[in-house]
Amino acid sequence: MMDKLIFGRYIPGDSLIHRLDPRTKLLGAIWFIIIIFLANNWISYVAMVAFVLAAVKLTQINPKFFINGVKPLIWLILFTVVLQILFTSGQTIWFRFGPVVISEEGLLNGVFIFLRFVLIIFMSTILTLTTMPLSLTDAIEFLLRPFAAIKLPVHEIALMLSIALRFVPTLMDETEKIMNAQRARGIDFGEGNIYEQMKAIVPLLIPLFVSSFNRAEELATAMEARGYKGGEGRTKYRQLAWSGRDTAVMVTFALLSVLLFVLRT
Amino acid sequence: MTEIIRLDNITYKYDDEDQRPALQDVSFSINKGEWVAIIGPNGSGKSTLAKTINGLIDPDSGEVKVGGLMLNEKNVWSIREMVGMVFQNPDNQFVGSTVQDDVAFGLENLGIPRDEMIDRVRNALDKVNMLEFAEREPARLSGGQKQRVAIAGIVALRPAIMILDEATSMLDPQGREEVLRTVKEVKEEEHLSVLSITHDIDEAAAATRILVMKDGKMIQEGSPETIFSYGEQLVEMGLDLPFPERLKASLKKQGLSVPDDYLTEEGMVDWLWTSISRM
Repeated sequence: MMDKLIFGRYIPGDSLIHRLDPRTKLLGAIWFIIIIFLANNWISYVAMVAFVLAAVKLTQINPKFFINGVKPLIWLILFTVVLQILFTSGQTIWFRFGPVVISEEGLLNGVFIFLRFVLIIFMSTILTLTTMPLSLTDAIEFLLRPFAAIKLPVHEIALMLSIALRFVPTLMDETEKIMNAQRARGIDFGEGNIYEQMKAIVPLLIPLFVSSFNRAEELATAMEARGYKGGEGRTKYRQLAWSGRDTAVMVTFALLSVLLFVLRT
Repeated sequence: MTEIIRLDNITYKYDDEDQRPALQDVSFSINKGEWVAIIGPNGSGKSTLAKTINGLIDPDSGEVKVGGLMLNEKNVWSIREMVGMVFQNPDNQFVGSTVQDDVAFGLENLGIPRDEMIDRVRNALDKVNMLEFAEREPARLSGGQKQRVAIAGIVALRPAIMILDEATSMLDPQGREEVLRTVKEVKEEEHLSVLSITHDIDEAAAATRILVMKDGKMIQEGSPETIFSYGEQLVEMGLDLPFPERLKASLKKQGLSVPDDYLTEEGMVDWLWTSISRM
């Protein structure tokens, strides 16, 4: 079950990108998603593709992982691309069949949308493949910290995130165990019509919920017994360290943004 | 010897409508450096008792005193600093995302400065032989290893008392032995008092004193030798028979006369070879 999930998986390594501060990577990925919407012509897309491919190369991770990241979304992407091609009106018309019009602008738009999707997925895959989920929560906590001023419970959010991440594999194992136990009692998962399939989920879902409640209670007791009384007065074991590399990456991102503004038409 | 835990006439009901209280007028004390085991069948109130000691449960009546402090709202956090607990399910008490984070969790709660924290985490992991696993995630550890991490989490806090609430009941024999050995070593090095709640005969045998509970009441108290000499009655108390006792029972069935008082494995071996050589 775990093997199929490429999304959110971490691949240990020691590349330049691996060693970056998680805050840099998170900010970079978010910033990239914003600036890709600035690109609106061939030359700017070429620049973006070159940038992403360079980043992929720097991770030293087999490009297959990135392709796999796109695969589950490929139908959604193609669907959007086809819609764009069919329903963009333009001046240079190449093909007309009844209400269906394919124009040069439409085709171009389709290709751009495709690139935009793929680049965004590549970029977020770089983030998840090279950053431990744990460091990612640290980064989120750090970036949320200013919002504590408006009463956002930053410590609680970070704690919930890290506990949630820590329990993902445990709950996956349990799901599989319950599924097998229910199969042994004659329940077919993923068979029959939608109604039957939904009904088969119930004997999986309810035990999973109940056991999560029990887990939560035991975990809360164990936390309390170890002196947990909320975020106040706590010190932190993990610390993020900003280095020269991170500044360099930030500068690169700034340059890329400027370049995009210049290339934009 | 100084008393470290003292419970006086503790009574507790989970629910006001419960017919029978979970704990009825329980009193006992533990001395510094002692290893006390509490045994009893399921539902006899053992775990409830353990939770009363560090204030996870607030008794309806009676007094709890730990390390000279009376358990009340003001003292509860200082008492929790003195009492470390290891629970039954290794998965559900693992808070951190990696081994070292989990060990550091209790230290973070106390507000220990980071430099000292790093030292204490490494030391504690070294003591339970888990140092090389420091970066591992819990999903990739065995049950016994997770319990050793839980023990390290407590050792790092340097408590005076360690409570094992059926900490070995979900482990395989090897993991159980591993965890018990670790507890013994840590106890000697750190001069801890240990209170273990258990169904495991080996764990009970490691204790200096055994308390037997039934239906929320403390019904017996004595050294392992005294308790183990109850023979068949042990099963009712929620324990297995120790191996020498089982051997004696089988020998009895064969019509051989066996000594009545409890013998350890070595004692049994001695008795066997002396009786055979006399034949």
